[in-house]
Amino acid sequence: MDILVCIKRIPDISGQITLDASGTDIDDAGLGHTTSAHEECAVELAIQTAAATGGTVTVLTVGPAEAVEQLRAAVAVGANDGILIEAEDPGAFGPEDIAQIIGDIVRDRAEQGQSFDLVLLGNDAADTGDFQVGIRLAYDLEYPVLTGIQTLTSSGGGAGSGGGSGSIEARGIGPAGTEVFALDLPAVIAIQEGGVDPRYPSITGRMKAKKARITEYVAPEPGTGNPRIGLELPPEKTSEVTILGEGPDAADALVDVLEEIGVIRS
Amino acid sequence: MTLVFVETDESGQVVLTSAEAVTFARTNADVLAGSTLDVAVIGALPDTATEQLAALGVETIHHLEHSDLEAYSAPAWAQALVDIAPETGTVLASGTPRGMELMAHVAVRTGSRMAANVVAADEEGLLRQVLGGTAFERLVLDGDLQVLTIAGHACTPEETTATSPEVLDYELDIAAEDLRTRVVRTEVHTVDGNDTSGLTQAKAVVGAGRGVGSENGFGEVLELVDHLGGALGVSRVVTGLGWRPHAEQVGQTGSRIAPDVYIACGISGAIQHMAGIEGAKTLIAINTDEESTMVQRADYAIIGDLHEVVGAVNEEIRNRRG
Ligand SMILES: Cc1cc2nc3c(=O)[nH]c(=O)nc-3n(C[C@H](O)[C@H](O)[C@H](O)COP(=O)(O)OP(=O)(O)OC[C@H]3O[C@@H](n4cnc5c(N)ncnc54)[C@H](O)[C@@H]3O)c2cc1C
Repeated sequence: MDILVCIKRIPDISGQITLDASGTDIDDAGLGHTTSAHEECAVELAIQTAAATGGTVTVLTVGPAEAVEQLRAAVAVGANDGILIEAEDPGAFGPEDIAQIIGDIVRDRAEQGQSFDLVLLGNDAADTGDFQVGIRLAYDLEYPVLTGIQTLTSSGGGAGSGGGSGSIEARGIGPAGTEVFALDLPAVIAIQEGGVDPRYPSITGRMKAKKARITEYVAPEPGTGNPRIGLELPPEKTSEVTILGEGPDAADALVDVLEEIGVIRS
Repeated sequence: MTLVFVETDESGQVVLTSAEAVTFARTNADVLAGSTLDVAVIGALPDTATEQLAALGVETIHHLEHSDLEAYSAPAWAQALVDIAPETGTVLASGTPRGMELMAHVAVRTGSRMAANVVAADEEGLLRQVLGGTAFERLVLDGDLQVLTIAGHACTPEETTATSPEVLDYELDIAAEDLRTRVVRTEVHTVDGNDTSGLTQAKAVVGAGRGVGSENGFGEVLELVDHLGGALGVSRVVTGLGWRPHAEQVGQTGSRIAPDVYIACGISGAIQHMAGIEGAKTLIAINTDEESTMVQRADYAIIGDLHEVVGAVNEEIRNRRG
């Protein structure tokens, strides 16, 4: 099964963030960058599924030139090649634009003889949290779509199937239990963290990543654009912590607090 | 019209997050372009749910029931919502997995834009959480219909003067194409921790992080959970190490919770974890590091080894019970 995984370069935030001069984006100059957690799991599921069916994994990103780092990181853990759609200012693109750009690439590749059986994305990106690119892409491609999926089991269809054949079983957590879906391919599936552990790159993987084939395109002008007016930071929280004490001696005071709140079972 | 998609649980109650979404719609009616407050319920509509919705001020309940909607299929459910959606106004749901998925389908099918995780609305537009809750994005959705999801626990459900909502039933026509992604079977939750409803609805959550030390280090913490009749919530390090199942993870890529009290044991307070506990009314930290973000952000803290402290807390509770 030939799989396309769409990933996004996001700032790696662990502390306080600040805004840039325009007030419409965060100042990420001093921050490292990474891939969203859901997307790391999507890459892992793609690698496992491709291995089980003798297929390939292509990773794609719409982002700045530096996003090639995230593509190479995916190659280092087992993806075969990458597609960078370079957008100098990714923030100018709305979810409709991103879905459209990816849809165009999928069609373009199909015309060149590379039909993807499955397109995976993360449920939502850790920075924007839009939760709609996968669904918009599926409508654009007229493929069925699932979200919140944590594991995949391929059942039929194999390498070089040329897209459009075979099916896949997908599982995710629903309100009443684990929901199981059976889907005909080609399809779009948005992945939720939790079903698999992303693997670490091996030394040979890292070597391979350096030489990996990354095909580059230039993103078109955003059509619909981003509805963002600006970003705001929450007011700084002033800490008013009451230290109840140190070590087990403070247990008494803590139980008093719990009793006051009324959460101890009688 | 403002139309709210409402979820009910197995006992026929409106779930907490849907009650929040209805309250959000009602309290922001003046800026949401919806002069009436309508809700849509898919599947059975028990009297308990109708009564709850009346107490929340709902004027019309659109009741969508059909054998093809019994098993969940997002496109079919979304089309059912689209069939009753206004041409101008707002369609919204709580930002649960179902709410997010359905609103995205509704947005595409109605040619609308969508904003996820909205926390406020005013004349200047919408404010929504981004970056896992560390920042807010202000935005304006152009178009006649705006489609939103409301961030979990962004507001508290509030009852108002009770209404007697009109219930409208529909004859639905469901396209075969919209059933391609139907759930083929549901494997009911087992003790392996797939049930997150306990965590998101619990009044007391005891959080456990890397500080627990090992897979076998949860004894004291689980006993405390039991004393409080609450739920266990863990950090991503804990699920990443395979100590506990992902369903127990709290945070940006886990559950968002709003308990009366959250007791964070051996959790440092990384932004992605804090994103999940914004709704906690009282935050208590037990940590060896006085400088940790969790201690700094807490209402109360004990500095010390969590095994010793939680062990002593359990003992004290047992003693007071007599
Ligand atoms: C995209 C993305 C998404 C993420 N999503 C989530 C998420 O949903 N949820 C989440 O939790 N994290 C998430 N993370 C991870 C997050 O950044 C942190 O790595 C994680 O929350 C840290 O977990 P921790 O506090 O258990 O561990 P640590 O940060 O290692 O902290 C351990 C704490 O335990 C204390 N401690 C150690 N021993 C003891 C002891 N004996 N007694 C008492 N205290 C002790 C230490 O002082 C320290 O404060 C995400 C990260 C990324 C990049």
